[in-house]
Amino acid sequence: MTSSSRLAAAIAAQFTDRARWSLLEVLFWLVALSTIWLLPDQHLILAEIVIWALFALSLDLILGYAGIISLGHAAFFGIGAYTAGLLAKHALVGEPVLALLLAGLAGAVFGFLTSFLVLRGTDLTRLMVTLGIALLVRELANRFGWLTGGADGLQGIDMQPVLGLFRFDLYGHTAYIYSLAVLFVLFLLARRIVGSPFGLALLAIKGNPLRASAIGIGADRRLIGIYTLAAAYAGIAGGLLTQTTAFTSLESLSFDRSADGLLVLIIGGTGHLYGGLIGAVVFRFAQDWIATATPQYWQFWIGLFLVLIVLVGRDRIGGWFTPLRRLADRVGAWRPGKTRPTVLPGQGGAP
Amino acid sequence: MNPASVPPALETRSLEKRFGGIVASNQVSMSIARGARHALIGPNGAGKTTLINLLTGVLKPSSGEILLDGQDITTLEPHRRVRLGMARTFQINQLFADLTPVETLGLAISERLGTGTHWWRVPGSRPEVVAEIAALLERFRLTEVMNERTAVLPYGKQRLLEIALAFACQPRVLLLDEPAAGVPDAERHEILAAVAGLPADVTVLLIEHDMDIVFTFADRISVLVNGQVFVEGTPDEVARDPRVKAVYLGESLDA
Repeated sequence: MTSSSRLAAAIAAQFTDRARWSLLEVLFWLVALSTIWLLPDQHLILAEIVIWALFALSLDLILGYAGIISLGHAAFFGIGAYTAGLLAKHALVGEPVLALLLAGLAGAVFGFLTSFLVLRGTDLTRLMVTLGIALLVRELANRFGWLTGGADGLQGIDMQPVLGLFRFDLYGHTAYIYSLAVLFVLFLLARRIVGSPFGLALLAIKGNPLRASAIGIGADRRLIGIYTLAAAYAGIAGGLLTQTTAFTSLESLSFDRSADGLLVLIIGGTGHLYGGLIGAVVFRFAQDWIATATPQYWQFWIGLFLVLIVLVGRDRIGGWFTPLRRLADRVGAWRPGKTRPTVLPGQGGAP
Repeated sequence: MNPASVPPALETRSLEKRFGGIVASNQVSMSIARGARHALIGPNGAGKTTLINLLTGVLKPSSGEILLDGQDITTLEPHRRVRLGMARTFQINQLFADLTPVETLGLAISERLGTGTHWWRVPGSRPEVVAEIAALLERFRLTEVMNERTAVLPYGKQRLLEIALAFACQPRVLLLDEPAAGVPDAERHEILAAVAGLPADVTVLLIEHDMDIVFTFADRISVLVNGQVFVEGTPDEVARDPRVKAVYLGESLDA
């Protein structure tokens, strides 16, 4: 082998290593899958966690990979939630998977239309613009009570079986398996996209917009693209919540939901896709534990936790997992003939 | 082909930039011939960086025109100028801290080949991209650090990556903003070799404080003072010009 072909192979290897599944990732999904059998009496809460995870994953796409901060992501979540609800209530589209795709489409369309408002500006402008849009949408939903049910919420939703086969049950079994399957498929898609040339260019725009434009990368179309995709994800998350609970209300469009979504993501760490997933588990169980221990002071502990997170690291409780990742790396690298350590997608941001 | 009919690689006509009451670029008219090694010098605050920012589109001029190969690019966005064949380096490193040199160069190459918006492939799946990254790594002596994050590279290697990244855009006009700034003497020769080794058909506009580099490298020099082109000529002419000595060379050499 000549030296130049060796070099070419090493370059190709760097790209493929980055795309390869690490042991820790495989384990993560195996554990998630195993909960279907291991925690059958927790499926209701697990379904809720999965929906938070998907919502936070959607936020990670724009915040972790494109640097767009939003306090109004619930707008897309709620639009998806009402789309799925109205489609089911008026029997327009009975089959949940198809209805879920339409909920995602509704989120995407609204995301595309509003993406032009977040292309430029500082974090503060983006926070205010996204917050304002979400407040607007919520107020419109309140105003058009004849369609949305207003403050009473959208009632009388009758869900059809998933794919015409699996009925939603009282214990949340179908709800959880269905939600987990949706999360997994969308996670695979997101993982593929952030690892592509498109995703790499997003990281470049986030990391150094001045240089990105100086090597010919136009930011606008890419930011519109990822914002639209994230809005579709949020719409699907909202649709899932409606379908699995046969109900939706103005809460799905509320400021609290936007803020909690951001909180979930920041607990898990931005920019490595798993942040939202890990954050959702921590968030939901912490909520339960703390609420049981000190019912009145749940907000106090969450507030304290938030302050600590922000003080501890740039954006990472996720960084707490770094030693674990290194260990998994070392185990993963223990294959004969393999000399170079693999690079995990999440390690890019670690100092 | 009659040389007179060929437009200059880069030309400015009465270019002016005002910030409030301050005139940072004052009626700058320059013409840079194809394949030239043109240096832009001047004391601090003379408006060199403002001029580069105007040329590359980071700043919008208050008035005047910029032409690349005879085409008016005055109002084009920065990334469109890159696609038309103009690239730059930065005086202070502007790199992607979390990416490796391989990924960084891959970005520029994919963008140029029009595959930068592909959202399904792995970046290195195209052999022509990989081959080009390999050639650039070797040319700019970056192979040994190709797997490191840019943030942890030695400063000299980061400066080389600055130039390699601009070169990856395959520019016809390359603007080098103090390429050797801050590089320790031991690593300096690598930068100078990289600059001297640029292909002859690439037009280079070099901004530099270091007179050794300017006089070895440039075949033409413009001296900028207070935002205006003060003197322009061959290195010999500029070196002999008493006014230049007065305002610039003397001051700089004494410092």
